[in-house]
Amino acid sequence: MRLVLPNPGLDLRIPNHEDLDRMEKEEAGDRLKWDNKAQYILTCVGFCIGLGNVWRFPYLCQSHGGGAFLIPYLILLVLEGMPLLLLEFAIGQRLRKGSVGVWRSISPYLTGIGIASMLVSLLVALYYNTLIAWIMWYFFNSFQSPLPWTQCPLNENGTGFVPECQESSTVDYFFYRVTLNSTASIADSGGIHWPIVVCLVAAWSVICLCYMRGIGTSGKAVYVTAILPYVVLAIFLVRGLTLKGALNGVKFLFTPDVDELLQASTWLDAGAQVFYAFSIAWGGLISFSSYNPVHNNCMQDAVMLTAVTGMTSIFAATVTYTIIGFRATEKFDNCVSQNIVTMINAFDLHEDNITTSNYEAAYNRLNSSYPDIVLGLDIKTCDMHTFLSEGVEGTGLAFIVFAEAITKMPGSPFWSVLFFFMLLCLGISTLFGNIEGVVVPLRDLNVFPKKWPQEAVTGTTCFLAFIISLVFAQRSGLYWVTLFDNFAGSIPLLTIGFFELIAVVHVYGIDRLNEDLKFMIGYKPSIFWQISWRFISPIIILVILVFYMVIQAQEELTHLVWDPSSVSSLTINSISVIIRPDLRVTMKRMVNVVL
Amino acid sequence: MLEKIFLLLCFSSALANQLCKPDASDGYKVRISLKTALGDDAYVWNENEMFFFRSTLAFAMRTHVSGQRFEVSNIVVCNETPRVSFWFVVTSPQNLSQLIDKEHVEEAIRKSRSRINSAFLLTDNTLEFIGIHPTLAAPVEPVTPPWLIVFGVVMGAIAAGIVVYMVSTVVRKKRKKNEKTNGDDTDGETRVKTIESGRAADGVYNLSFADDERL
Repeated sequence: MRLVLPNPGLDLRIPNHEDLDRMEKEEAGDRLKWDNKAQYILTCVGFCIGLGNVWRFPYLCQSHGGGAFLIPYLILLVLEGMPLLLLEFAIGQRLRKGSVGVWRSISPYLTGIGIASMLVSLLVALYYNTLIAWIMWYFFNSFQSPLPWTQCPLNENGTGFVPECQESSTVDYFFYRVTLNSTASIADSGGIHWPIVVCLVAAWSVICLCYMRGIGTSGKAVYVTAILPYVVLAIFLVRGLTLKGALNGVKFLFTPDVDELLQASTWLDAGAQVFYAFSIAWGGLISFSSYNPVHNNCMQDAVMLTAVTGMTSIFAATVTYTIIGFRATEKFDNCVSQNIVTMINAFDLHEDNITTSNYEAAYNRLNSSYPDIVLGLDIKTCDMHTFLSEGVEGTGLAFIVFAEAITKMPGSPFWSVLFFFMLLCLGISTLFGNIEGVVVPLRDLNVFPKKWPQEAVTGTTCFLAFIISLVFAQRSGLYWVTLFDNFAGSIPLLTIGFFELIAVVHVYGIDRLNEDLKFMIGYKPSIFWQISWRFISPIIILVILVFYMVIQAQEELTHLVWDPSSVSSLTINSISVIIRPDLRVTMKRMVNVVL
Repeated sequence: MLEKIFLLLCFSSALANQLCKPDASDGYKVRISLKTALGDDAYVWNENEMFFFRSTLAFAMRTHVSGQRFEVSNIVVCNETPRVSFWFVVTSPQNLSQLIDKEHVEEAIRKSRSRINSAFLLTDNTLEFIGIHPTLAAPVEPVTPPWLIVFGVVMGAIAAGIVVYMVSTVVRKKRKKNEKTNGDDTDGETRVKTIESGRAADGVYNLSFADDERL
């Protein structure tokens, strides 16, 4: 309870309250500050609301019992996410340093936590920016009509399409062949695919420019990158609700299945999603709040950010599923029409004989009278449920499902530009926090000479990161991104978060933190915060961490590949099914951070 | 005389019936989907339409098979279904019992496909010749890929942003330098004031060197 490890010299390493007040008045030091509170809030919102809110949360919600999933999600949001958020805000605002500086001040032996945060931020930034490069590619390609992913190239004699495109679909072909030129396994590098290199150049240049002077420049950029996604989501909501079949999707998303609440995996997934959604343990939030004035009410900020994140997730999920519902209905109608044509052709019936309304009856009648012929016709089963559940998370959602849905809307280039620009803003605003979590610790660790200006540090970091991220520009880049996504962020973040809690509660001292909060905001945190900091949050994180490690240790490592030479037909579920049996490297869905 | 003509007609139609049958080796099956193509504006398929079709095919054969004048009667149709599908064969103008080869028929149809389609307000998908695959239109590809253009615009904007940023930094530094040389006298007095008041509270720990020492 009151177990505090001995920590001599703590008072010498950190400024005391009088010092803080004095520094505030004199504006001493060359530490950056926020121009206004709005910039700070928008930066934090942008950091927390990222690609995962659009393409991970809706999938989790739908697959774990729809509306019922909101219960564990919201509970864990409040019990796990909010206390950790306030902890990071308070510690940053009090000690006024970036992540390495903060942990080093608390105890030099804890510097490792800061370094771990920095490394995780760096690794995640590398593959996250690759995702942004892919989104940029789609964005660049949206300025034409018809959109390039509506067409297949022709085969040699011009009578059909290339087999890879014919068997999967135009959107699959565009993503896996034109955009990525994927090889069939991660071991097969295949060389560099230069369109991705070009987009990586663009992506890193944008980040470098926006973050040139640290939050001085990124603070201006967030006015666009943090607000625009909401505007676009609202536009898409209106557009989505007017499309045919949208309500099918929304119903599918929110139909509650209360039995799912009894499954452990639901709670684990909810906990993990909350943890990653809040971008805790990346170090960026600590940095951001260290630029705040000392008496900023960080408790209010934490509560507000929690509420905003929760509501945005639900909002984005609704919008996503209106579009998914529309696409599924389209595919269902096409499937039925296709079957009708097949049957009419086979039995030489008049076109009006079978329509969508009497399809079932006609099918049963024909099947009972001529079962052999019907069997030979290869009638596909049209199941709405399958269409609604296919390819609906990760890159599959954005580049396959949504790209296809957009091609069916009137005025598709406009919607495509809007959608991919929104994804760009979501990604870039998260990346600001990432880069902050990398550059500031690098400065604190004196990796760069002290006299280098901020611009030089940013520029060098971005350039070096670009060179390293050329790994993802290979033809096997997709598998590398998935590999990083599954292992770079998941377990390290949970571990760092757990140690952060232990460090603050038992090394820094929870009483000291309470006193600090009383000094900064005027009152001590209530009993809710005390209990969650001491017991609830650490236990939740520990449970999730242990479960993940147990599952990971038991799993065989395999991964899904896109293999045009595979025997079965390529499915639309983003990735083909057959894997060469000797290669087994994998991704366990639960552990995904972003995808 | 009349009987002879009558016999001849019977004979030729019988012969024609023999020549045209489903799965004939030199014949093709045609499938027409009016409702799919035209929806509510679809016309009814009747004898007149069939006559029109046969004359279109005769036109195609005349144009592409050199030298021979095909007539409507040379196109023999059989096995019509309510689907609107039927088989046809093409007989030679010189010898009514001889069929034109499959390859020639296919070539003629392929070359006149668009004319035949537009005559009936249909497309390759809705007027199908089973066995003759339509040559698909190649996807439109502009000379400069549009994405390169957009990329160029974005990179240009970024470069402009960097230049503007550098220039503004230099301008700001210059302005600060000017202010410093101008305002040195007034600054000196205020600085002295703060130092004086600071001396009153002795032993304030100066944190500005803290980082260096703690390394």
